[in-house]
Amino acid sequence: MPLDIPKDKWPGTVRQVSIGATSAEGGTRASKVVVGGETTMPFMHFEGLIPNQPVVALEIRDRCPDDWSPLLLETWKDVIDDPANWAKAAQEAGADLLQLVLSLTQRDGSPNKPEAAVASVKAVLAASGLPLIVFGPGQAELDNALLVAIAEANKGERLLLGICEDKNYRTIVATAMANGHVVDARTPMDVNLAKQLNILISDMGLPMDRIMMDPTTGALGYGIEYGYSVMERLRLAALQGDSMTQLPMLVTPGFEAWKTKESKVGQGVPEAWGDWLNRAINWETMTASALLESGADIIVLRHPESVKRVKVAIADLMSAPVAG
Amino acid sequence: MALSGIQIYKLLPQTNCKECGFPTCLAFAMKLAAKQVELAVCPYVSEESKIQLAESAAPPIRLVTLKSDGNEVKAGNEVVLYRHEKTFYNRPGIFVRLLDTEPVDAITAKVAAANAYIVNYVGIPLVVDGFAIEATSGDTATFLLAVKAVRSATKRPLVLISHQPTMIAEGLKGLNTGDVPLICGADSKNWEAMTELAKQYKAVLSISTDSLDEMADLTEKIKSKGVEDLVLDPQADTLGGLLALNTQIRRLALKKNFRPLGYPVIAFPNTQAAATQAIAKYAGFVVLEEFTPELVYPLLVLRQNIYTDPQKPIQVQPGVYEINNPKPESPVLVTTNFSITYFSVANEVEGSGLPAWLVVCDAEGMSVLTAWAAGKFDAERIAKSIKSFNIADKVSIKRVVLPGHVAVLSGELEEELSGWDIRVGPREAVDIPKFMKEAL
Repeated sequence: MPLDIPKDKWPGTVRQVSIGATSAEGGTRASKVVVGGETTMPFMHFEGLIPNQPVVALEIRDRCPDDWSPLLLETWKDVIDDPANWAKAAQEAGADLLQLVLSLTQRDGSPNKPEAAVASVKAVLAASGLPLIVFGPGQAELDNALLVAIAEANKGERLLLGICEDKNYRTIVATAMANGHVVDARTPMDVNLAKQLNILISDMGLPMDRIMMDPTTGALGYGIEYGYSVMERLRLAALQGDSMTQLPMLVTPGFEAWKTKESKVGQGVPEAWGDWLNRAINWETMTASALLESGADIIVLRHPESVKRVKVAIADLMSAPVAG
Repeated sequence: MALSGIQIYKLLPQTNCKECGFPTCLAFAMKLAAKQVELAVCPYVSEESKIQLAESAAPPIRLVTLKSDGNEVKAGNEVVLYRHEKTFYNRPGIFVRLLDTEPVDAITAKVAAANAYIVNYVGIPLVVDGFAIEATSGDTATFLLAVKAVRSATKRPLVLISHQPTMIAEGLKGLNTGDVPLICGADSKNWEAMTELAKQYKAVLSISTDSLDEMADLTEKIKSKGVEDLVLDPQADTLGGLLALNTQIRRLALKKNFRPLGYPVIAFPNTQAAATQAIAKYAGFVVLEEFTPELVYPLLVLRQNIYTDPQKPIQVQPGVYEINNPKPESPVLVTTNFSITYFSVANEVEGSGLPAWLVVCDAEGMSVLTAWAAGKFDAERIAKSIKSFNIADKVSIKRVVLPGHVAVLSGELEEELSGWDIRVGPREAVDIPKFMKEAL
């Protein structure tokens, strides 16, 4: 018997956000990334459109990070103290875009400075034609000082600048607005807080198609179910027509997975945890895979093998019979 | 899906005889819909209506149970598409597959290793649920030997994989009386013979077809032959295709109460992403191609996470936890009562070998950052915990360590807890041992 498959017809559509400007658009990027535009839940090709596939970013640093897993330090050891070389290596590893996270301090331990941060960004932009995400070190005052300088020095590049939080967003939004960039709006795993921050940012006058929503997530085993369900609920709200949640989502499973003990520690852990490197890569890949299923549009990772596997998974999820 | 009061009313005699104790048949129907009364109180309801009403009360996804020697693996009885709508109930069983072409010794050794596997996650011991044996040899005697080898190496439920009824018939002889295995499985060609075997051995039968249309036809045919404990094995070339099929099956069952597809689903993932999808998107049984701790561990953890009841965050009891026999001069550490947070912190402190008093505040089961953002983990609450648990009576050094994520609270906490030295610890639990050794 022919079945009558129930199909969801949603009134809402997720906005499209593009990151990176090519020379035709006033920037210097060789390519740009467009995410969002979904008219249905993740990968439900049989009832709606997924016009842009999720993309994978690799996280790089302006200098060798102090607190990364030894496995990552080993993987990137040849490039880890040079953001330009790291950017090239990340591009070769298959990243669709790059995320440069600025350090709190410079190599000598002194606080990071706008000139140094701008130089790092310029070096990365010169080394790779990929679109770029730039995150501050996560301290409001320093974030603002560094990001304003970067936004101004790279006017028109359409960088994705982060992070905007409810306690600190005005300066970053203002400079993004003035210099043609996009912002990352981060809230701690809560539907209403996410919506509220989007409202605050758009109230400043930044067009909604220049905001990426960053609902935060926990790693596998460390609260992923909260992030997972918040993402599903945000996407459902967007499709139901709630304009202030109709934004594509960025998540950082690389950051989350690689700070867990499972990924960070190889000695003195239970034997039942298995081989360290494979476990760590599985941890990152599976955290990322779960978030793809719950609606992630930009996935930021740290290990090249995870990038490979997640990209294969995305291609596999995108290939399915279309609406019949 | 349960019938509405009006739908039930149509199945009643509609005579308003009042013998059930309600003034009208409609009132009785409403009570039935609310499950506040039994149908048996109506003396005049027809046999036909009784059957229909009983069917409507059955769960939309049938509960299927594999059994062996007291071990059970259940799937089905799910009621939602998204876990936040209620919760996912029956954690999918994780099975490890063996091929009958492997030497018997190798099979025994592999099963023994996987069977002995146990991993602890937030105080919960997690294990592999069972084993699957696939007949790839083409030889019935070889298959039976393999089944017997697995059967003697584990007491957990088994899955027999072959589309040849002769092979399954032989393999079933290797099981113990009382075993309820899963036969995997039936298709449009072999279904009659497979159904007979399932009936004879009281086994659960999985079904694979080229399309959901055919699958719905086949489950009905098999059901009419008397086998109702079925499992669906949808076939797709891609992860996206499989996601669509699994979603369609669950939607038909839940939204349309479509019985022919109201059964749990089995998955055979061959990548980490596919295994993740199987857990997140509706598989009731998951068969892994091989057993490796570094994949099984994250998969078991993911299953715990996805199947956590979102209404009830996993919490530990607020209070003072004594780790490594603390003495009056040992440090006081503070954290929240979210169980993942608690276990991360407690494990690290325990692993450091250093004694400490761990004060677990009632933060309504949220992690440090989430609780702080929600106003459930502030200076006032922390001070209240420290005071109400009478820590001051237990220690000689009044010094308390805050999680690094809430360093901003240290000023306020100093005001709330006069006479205490407030320290800021690391942000992540993994850095606690180093902090305790160097900074305390």
